[in-house]
Amino acid sequence: MEQFGLAAITILVGVGGCVGYFFLSNAALDAIFPARGPQAGRNITRAAQIRPWLFLLPALLILGVYLVYPVFVSIWLSFMNNTGERFVGLANYQWMVGDEKFRESMVNNMLWLVVVPALSTFFGLLAAALTDRLRWGNFAKAMIFMPMAISMIGAAVIWKLVYEYRGGGQEQIGLLNALVVAFGGEPQTWLTTPGWNSFLLMIVLVWVQTGFAMVILSAALRGIPEETIEASILDGASPLQIFFKIKVPQIWGTILVVWTTITITVLKVFDVVYAMTNGQWGTQVLANLMYDWMFRANDSGRASVVALVIMVLVLPVMIWNIRNARKEMR
Amino acid sequence: MDNIAGTRSSLTWVVNLSAAALVILWLIPTLGLFVSSLRDRDQIAASGWWNAFSASEQTAQVRAGAPDTAVQQDGLFVIEGNAFAEGAPGRVSAFGISSREPAAFEAGSAAATSEGYSLTVNEDGAYRLTSPTAFEGTRGERFFVTTTVPSRLTTENYGRVLAAEGIGRSFLNTLTVSIPATVIPILVAAFAAYALAWMEFPGRAILIAVIVGLLVVPLQLSLIPLLKLHNTIGIGKSYMGIWLAHTGFGLPLAIYLLRNYMVGLPREIIESARVDGATDFQIFLKIILPLSFPALASFAIFQFLWTWNDLLVALVFLGNTENQLVMTGRLAGLMGSRGGDWEILATAAFITIAVPLVVFFAMQKYLVRGLLAGSVK
Repeated sequence: MEQFGLAAITILVGVGGCVGYFFLSNAALDAIFPARGPQAGRNITRAAQIRPWLFLLPALLILGVYLVYPVFVSIWLSFMNNTGERFVGLANYQWMVGDEKFRESMVNNMLWLVVVPALSTFFGLLAAALTDRLRWGNFAKAMIFMPMAISMIGAAVIWKLVYEYRGGGQEQIGLLNALVVAFGGEPQTWLTTPGWNSFLLMIVLVWVQTGFAMVILSAALRGIPEETIEASILDGASPLQIFFKIKVPQIWGTILVVWTTITITVLKVFDVVYAMTNGQWGTQVLANLMYDWMFRANDSGRASVVALVIMVLVLPVMIWNIRNARKEMR
Repeated sequence: MDNIAGTRSSLTWVVNLSAAALVILWLIPTLGLFVSSLRDRDQIAASGWWNAFSASEQTAQVRAGAPDTAVQQDGLFVIEGNAFAEGAPGRVSAFGISSREPAAFEAGSAAATSEGYSLTVNEDGAYRLTSPTAFEGTRGERFFVTTTVPSRLTTENYGRVLAAEGIGRSFLNTLTVSIPATVIPILVAAFAAYALAWMEFPGRAILIAVIVGLLVVPLQLSLIPLLKLHNTIGIGKSYMGIWLAHTGFGLPLAIYLLRNYMVGLPREIIESARVDGATDFQIFLKIILPLSFPALASFAIFQFLWTWNDLLVALVFLGNTENQLVMTGRLAGLMGSRGGDWEILATAAFITIAVPLVVFFAMQKYLVRGLLAGSVK
């Protein structure tokens, strides 16, 4: 109960502090540059120049400390030894180039980057197209969208049951092995068999992200002007032709947005791997490798190098996003 | 639109069936876990969850009463008893006397053991072991029964897990993390978004670009520097630390969502308020904030789901003591320590996802709206 008290006080202090800050700083500004008297004109301009920064200050402060400052510290730490106290030059980068586990993570991450956005977008588009004109379409959408609300760790438990293996001739309680047995195959220890297991982890993320892709793409499909579709029907196009030749090209931009957004999610994927295999049996990915070096090996130098690699991989999407946002503003 | 002559009905069927298949495919994993959380340990071990609604067969080993409980009847030594524990449900379908063939004999028939005894087990579990000579040894005869147990779903697991596995405590911890971490960024972001949407100042375009860029900065990059910083100023491994961390990580999305929404508000309202002499502070508080409610709700849901479901930030910025371990962390721990105890894992997992699911179904409209506005177009 004590921590609820603390939480309540924090909310009150936080909210009160915020409102208080904004109110008082604005009042102070009005007091310093009053909008009356002989210099009213100049004062109004001055106040108008300063006021935006009063509104922005807390946000900029937090963004600076929590997102911008760490980038520079990470770069700095990547040149330091495991405790971050001694300069070691490029030693961490050299380690990275030669490290077996790092190479494995890189290869896996590239696979994730291809498979998860591709499958999620594909299934999302399929779901959007199928459910759009159904009477029970909204229900269907809600069901496919639901995994978005489930934590990655919850999803990991859900899918671990699907992949469960039982040896010694016992009845299989995992759905996948039960199906394999029903079709006359041998049950497998799916998660510990290198090769397949990474793909089985990817399926978990595809399952989660498809709902996101579906929601965005479904809105885009609805935004397509009716005339283009009517015209193609009059010209005798089949439903499949309409979909692939008329609809898909018109939502191409949205498909790209969905793809890149899922790409970012994939690069940061951590919980699924951490909980299901913890990077063993050839399933390591960068985010979990970084966690391993940070908290199991206590090596801030190497962990920072891995984190910077993730950042570099995110960079193209970041630049693309910024360019698009600027284009839209103009 | 669908009315291309002649093809309509068959196409509609195909679409309906494919959509149904897709929905079922997406639901089955979750359904499996939910059903498992309602079964008891023995049932989960004995059969897959898809058998939960039909009666299940279980094979059990039973030991007959000890030789000194035998009574003499008509010149025979007899031991009688029941293979079921008092009041247990079920029906014996077969029994056996060796572990290699545990279901060799039908219920009600008589089996001869290697020692020359005769064993009969009835459907209701009552057994009768007879011997022409006195029983030897001190332990009872071992035999096997295959029983059919009717389907039984129970919520007992939930009571047990909430009380014993610390999930109840973790539920409170997660709540402690989520609520301030949702409320605080909204306010900070709303002011900034207003400035970026409706105030003119040099550098505004660059600031917006920076925020779009920060949207995708990976969390991983921030963990080490921030943990060091938090340790230095004395809020490492504390609620204060994780609230601030979540605020920082959620802020770019909050500002971005709210700014995009506020920019779309009608200019005339704001202009006329300015003409009437309202200050920016008043305009923000009395006009912008109430009008932006949908966007505020969208972000609040995002941030709440994200902080509730987060594992990484909690692992780094909170400790794993009883009064700091959040549910996702507890669940990850259970996966390691009780990996085979599906009745506990399934139940714990369902408790952790219950609140997000309720929020999701209640507020789906705002979540969809936020997603549509939040994906950088």
